[in-house]
Amino acid sequence: MDIRKKALTKSIWVFHVSAGSCNNCDIEIFDCFTPRFDVERLGIQLAGSVRHADALLITGVINKKTIPIVKKIYEQAPKPCMVIACGICANSQHMFRFGYNVEKPLDKILPVDVYIPGCPPKPEAIISGIVKLIDKLKKGK
Amino acid sequence: MKYILYYLIFPGFLFSSIVGLLACWVDRKVTARLQWRVGPPWHQNFTDLVKLLGKEVIVPESAKLTFLLSPYLGLISVVLVCTGLGRIIILPLDSFGVDLIVFFYLLTVPAIALIIGASASRNPLASVGASREAKLILAYELPFILAIIVVVIKSRGAIQIGQIIQYQMIFGSNLFSISGFLSFIAAIFCIQAKLGTGLFDIAEADQEIMCGTLIEYSGLPLAIFKLTKALMLYIVPLFIIVLFLGRDLSPVFLTAKYLMLLVIIILFKNTNPRLRIDQALRFFWRIPTLLAGAAVVLAICGL
Repeated sequence: MDIRKKALTKSIWVFHVSAGSCNNCDIEIFDCFTPRFDVERLGIQLAGSVRHADALLITGVINKKTIPIVKKIYEQAPKPCMVIACGICANSQHMFRFGYNVEKPLDKILPVDVYIPGCPPKPEAIISGIVKLIDKLKKGK
Repeated sequence: MKYILYYLIFPGFLFSSIVGLLACWVDRKVTARLQWRVGPPWHQNFTDLVKLLGKEVIVPESAKLTFLLSPYLGLISVVLVCTGLGRIIILPLDSFGVDLIVFFYLLTVPAIALIIGASASRNPLASVGASREAKLILAYELPFILAIIVVVIKSRGAIQIGQIIQYQMIFGSNLFSISGFLSFIAAIFCIQAKLGTGLFDIAEADQEIMCGTLIEYSGLPLAIFKLTKALMLYIVPLFIIVLFLGRDLSPVFLTAKYLMLLVIIILFKNTNPRLRIDQALRFFWRIPTLLAGAAVVLAICGL
């Protein structure tokens, strides 16, 4: 395997995009960095700027207002950039699917690599999603 | 030819970047242990760098050429400091042609490179970061110069670092006198601002202005900035050790002193929140400047 790709699997910097979420997923994401779960031992950090990001972690139901913003953020990220849909809203719009301002789910807008279901997903579920992402990268995307 | 080897391999680029990245790992690991976490493996910073080399480099539209050149400016000057100081620690009397004032200027260049790069990127948050970095330089340089002047006065006006080390070998470390101790305390605050850690992580505030000065950098230039930061984490505490604790510079003692100073910096970083820029300016122009100024007076009196 290419050494750069191998390095990518061991240091994923995540940029957290909250595209209209209810803040539950966001709280659970920050739980991943607490002593009990500590994803920094896998080399995962939250990046401050989208230019540093390797993965976009998108939470919330994507509505008419946030579709252009999410697209723009994806274009700003340096490639290769993975997209993680975190929480049931980002996966499948959940109970907002008939909402007046909700057009389409996230995977119709961006190429989603990993889906993490749950409302909100437990930190264990998020870590399992990360492991799936690393496996996918190892197989060669 | 010999000097190029010095510059690229032993006390210079290769050696000091390995040590600097390991120092960064110590930083992250101790931070993690203080927060009761496990922390990353030892090769984490090397992995981060290799990963950044494989990423796309994005240059913002209408950014100047200086956007891509400024990272190299910072790196070159820090490596020069590493080479000179490394040679002097190995052979204190071998005059390498660099003295205290050159080191002092070269250690300021990375911050200036950061300002140039951030201003060239045309991002509003980056310009906020750049202005904060410039103000921070104004704040910490005054007490830092005063603290260094104390060392010069104590070693009877010597500005060659070899002579300062030699003086301390004969008369004992500068730290163990009243003026030396006061200026050492001032210098510890100044090097934290120089390294941009913890209290003085103002220009690169992660959560507040999204990495500030580094916001538009990605890929290779970002890797070079990270490497420069790692080298600074290696060389700035070493510089302070040479000036204030230079009695015994054998490898074991040097490593022990370096790790001690590093852990002090990390403890400061983890127990204090970030200051605002005006608070930092007020702090530096009051307490460390007064301490270092008093130390200068005491040093002239011979204490």
